[in-house]
Amino acid sequence: METALAHTDIEMMDCVYEKPDTLTDQRFHYCPGCGHGVAHRVLMEVIDELGIQEQTIGVAPVGCSVFAYHYMNVDMQEAAHGRASAVATGIKRMHPDKYVYTYQGDGDLAAIGTAETIHTANRGENILVVFINNAIYGMTGGQMAPTTLLGMKTSTSPAGRTIETAGFPIKITEMVAMLPGVYYVARTSVHTPNAVRQLKKALTKAFQYQKQGKGTCFVEVVSNCPSGWKMTPLQANKWMEENMFPVFPPGEIKVPKN
Amino acid sequence: MSEVQLMKGNEAIAEAAIRAGCQGYFGYPITPQSEILEYLTDEGRKRGMVVLQAESEVASINMVYGASGAGARVMTSSSSPGISLMQEGISYIACAELPCLIVNINRGGPGLGTIQPSQGDYFQSTKGGGHGDYRLIVLAPASVQEMADFVYDAFDLADKYRNPVMILADGALGQMMEKVEFKKYNPADHIPPKPWATVGKTRDRERNFLTSLHIQPEKMEQINLALQEKYRTITRNETRSESIETDDADYILVGYGLAARIAHRAVEIAREKGIRVGLLRPITLWPFPYGRVQELATKAKGILVIEMNAGQMVEDVRLGVEGRVPVKFYGRMGGIIPSPDEVVHALESMIHQPVEANVEEY
Repeated sequence: METALAHTDIEMMDCVYEKPDTLTDQRFHYCPGCGHGVAHRVLMEVIDELGIQEQTIGVAPVGCSVFAYHYMNVDMQEAAHGRASAVATGIKRMHPDKYVYTYQGDGDLAAIGTAETIHTANRGENILVVFINNAIYGMTGGQMAPTTLLGMKTSTSPAGRTIETAGFPIKITEMVAMLPGVYYVARTSVHTPNAVRQLKKALTKAFQYQKQGKGTCFVEVVSNCPSGWKMTPLQANKWMEENMFPVFPPGEIKVPKN
Repeated sequence: MSEVQLMKGNEAIAEAAIRAGCQGYFGYPITPQSEILEYLTDEGRKRGMVVLQAESEVASINMVYGASGAGARVMTSSSSPGISLMQEGISYIACAELPCLIVNINRGGPGLGTIQPSQGDYFQSTKGGGHGDYRLIVLAPASVQEMADFVYDAFDLADKYRNPVMILADGALGQMMEKVEFKKYNPADHIPPKPWATVGKTRDRERNFLTSLHIQPEKMEQINLALQEKYRTITRNETRSESIETDDADYILVGYGLAARIAHRAVEIAREKGIRVGLLRPITLWPFPYGRVQELATKAKGILVIEMNAGQMVEDVRLGVEGRVPVKFYGRMGGIIPSPDEVVHALESMIHQPVEANVEEY
């Protein structure tokens, strides 16, 4: 099924932006307004601009971005749920001269994969971990995630998350930042042009540090889930700013001491 | 190169892995196989191998996935509870068709069980173990020499078929010392090119991606059909067993690994008593030598299966026998090793009190 948009002729002379070669021609399956599309594009732009496509190996998670390898035009491996950083460790140890990254959601990285996340960071594996936090399990239909906010309604916290039954939203980025093997930690979002610029800067730094062999770099993207949150994209972004940012404040969390 | 050494089975596996050109080892300590991790940490690293002690067996097997997917010849090892933890990862490796070696130095179960030797993981090793329809090639050594020799075979089979291969031994084979000779082997002559590996997408090719996810059922069916076709090819080409004194045998003992060593001694004792008995030793537990079992069942009066478990391989023996002759089982569990005399006694009771139905005896 082709949409009308696909047949819209765009005069090349009007073209001010092209997708990089590091993205395939495959159309995203993501819901309208979802942050994954922008996060994919920014990550792939950085790889393109640094000219490291041929030296980069990515690891896809289980979750909404399970098909990341359909879009990211680099060599990739699909990991079991939560195991992306262990898979990345295996790749990186055999190819220390290559760039290796994982791209993981909150359920993958901060629930089922917590042990792998923490120990990979604690070993200071010289990889980049990109962490998309939208406080919900999107792929399976909107269940409570480890980062679901207190009071937030999901299909498995229908009256809102309570401390009594589910504890607190886990701040795994801050936990990871405490580890001496971790070199650089940042938290951004992708809902405004400025936020996108911050993400791009963070990812660029992370790859540069990886080239220098500095250790684990960890970049969290606070994102939305209009479908899971049952909001329009605009409502979701507003809700994210008002509710997610107080718990997961954007900014650089760990920067190298120079 | 052909110096004879006295080594533990676990050390022989580790030494052979280095000589087989294994580039990466990812593992977690567990008795009775920790010597593999220890030997490789010392000797393997000195000789250029990547050796990493992971935070768990779950992490180990996923590191193996990543490293194998990146084109390296890699392995892990563990013992029963740890192998249980790896099953998810092994299923993914089987579906993504990544070559690797997994060593299981079987200990007694279920649960935390005991650190003593057992063959209780036969079902888990040969019938899948994890989720979905897949097979491991399973090699069962019966001596320290074979612990070494099968490492080379395992890596070569893994690469040939892009399939995980398991060496299934038990705690006694892992711990006991015997003489061992390492054969001449040049990895460069054996390791094939791996154009499918994720090593960075060059301009002249499409990206490589490795996955076990095919969400369209039609596609997933095709993947499964291709796997089954591969398993049939492996069955045709790689089924291995050893037959000892079976030509004139009225009775056949069937056992693998350490149980085969014990059964072999039982054959000697029984023959001294005038009982014409032979031994069939499956070497590949998957693919299982059903054909050889069938041949022997047409000539023998009865078959006695010896295992260090409650009777697992005996089910495969019965599938091969197809009811032609009685199949009796004798086994010990929980880390107890049966003696040759016990086996002879079980054989004699079978001869003197022929069984009509299949009977298990412990």
